[in-house]
Amino acid sequence: MRRGDFLGHVAWTGAGIAFVLGADGVVRAADASPGQFSFVQISDSHIGYTGPANGDVRATFKDAVDAVNAMPVQPAFVIHTGDVTHLSKAQEFDDARAIMSTLRVPVITIPGEHDVIGAEGPKRFAASFTRKDAAGRGWSSWDQGGIHFVALINVGEGETMGVLGEEQLGWLRRDLAARSTDTPIVVFGHVPLFAVAPEWGWTTADGMKAIALLQRFSAATVLNGHIHQIVEHREGNVRFATARATAFPQAAPGTPNAKPGPLAVAPGSLLGVLGYRTVEVTGNAAWQDHALTGA
Amino acid sequence: MRALIAAAFLAATVPAPASAADAPPVSVHIRDDKFVPAKLTVAKGQTVTFVNDDDDAHTVTADDGSWDSEGLNQGQSWKHAFAAAGTVTYHCTVHPFMKATIVVKGAPK
Repeated sequence: MRRGDFLGHVAWTGAGIAFVLGADGVVRAADASPGQFSFVQISDSHIGYTGPANGDVRATFKDAVDAVNAMPVQPAFVIHTGDVTHLSKAQEFDDARAIMSTLRVPVITIPGEHDVIGAEGPKRFAASFTRKDAAGRGWSSWDQGGIHFVALINVGEGETMGVLGEEQLGWLRRDLAARSTDTPIVVFGHVPLFAVAPEWGWTTADGMKAIALLQRFSAATVLNGHIHQIVEHREGNVRFATARATAFPQAAPGTPNAKPGPLAVAPGSLLGVLGYRTVEVTGNAAWQDHALTGA
Repeated sequence: MRALIAAAFLAATVPAPASAADAPPVSVHIRDDKFVPAKLTVAKGQTVTFVNDDDDAHTVTADDGSWDSEGLNQGQSWKHAFAAAGTVTYHCTVHPFMKATIVVKGAPK
């Protein structure tokens, strides 16, 4: 069974925050009961990629979507943290939407740099996914389950790639100003807000300005994609976790002679390095730990 | 194979013929997140073929936005004719650290 080949949960706790980072494709009922608030992060589906690192990116994306649909207690929403498509082609957006349309819960999608290629990419992405209430170039925030969610945009052409920009930072400053320090904050963005590997473009140039705005909150979490692997990090009060892709892995930062881009793995081991993430909150917006039960 | 390709790139960087009509086909390859050659001199009117050899998406995009290949998968190519003399800088929008230059020589008097 293919889904069973996904790697298991990676649990992570600290500072009163607890997550279950699920990647096994079989989310167990014990981990999700009525009354809990949960959401799912999917990332980097790269629909349109045709190279040796994954012969069928639509199938693996569908595997992840099907696994979410099989969760006995459905998440509040699914966030796709970008690189939905590989080349921003119309057909790629159509194919991705067809797969995502089978999800049973609302889907929020933010762009990766592969979704905003050329003159038409940003238009296609906006037509497909951008929230109607989004500000600026598509950033948005909302309150749900006692949590304040923020979706940032840090991709774009030229000087906007890997940059939040002053307009967005100003918006973020105003957006966060009204929140009490004990409000759990969850921030989404495609490119890691912290410097994972700047030489590979795995950083947000002005990310530290956003991180500084988050420091006064007792529980701020930043979830990113882009690098197709789990990297966890902490800057003061702010915790970070990047997500696996559903399309293909990339080399770990610092790997000798490696470069960013699709990494072909041994036959049969691809599904073990792909996945998605569940994030669960129980009760009055208190994060709660969940045991590893998968893998 | 690499030596042969490298030789071809060297050939592409020698002084360009005076007119596009005499110019041999010129190409820039994208490999390992680099445009090769990073600096190319062509004659006015010359068409350059950009070929993506990488197993990753790339674009060939003028810094001033005047032309753009949009997304190229591995093995795909895109052509552009350089009609005006001058120096043109370009990049890949997916990987902004990928930068290169084409110098377009005007026709002799």
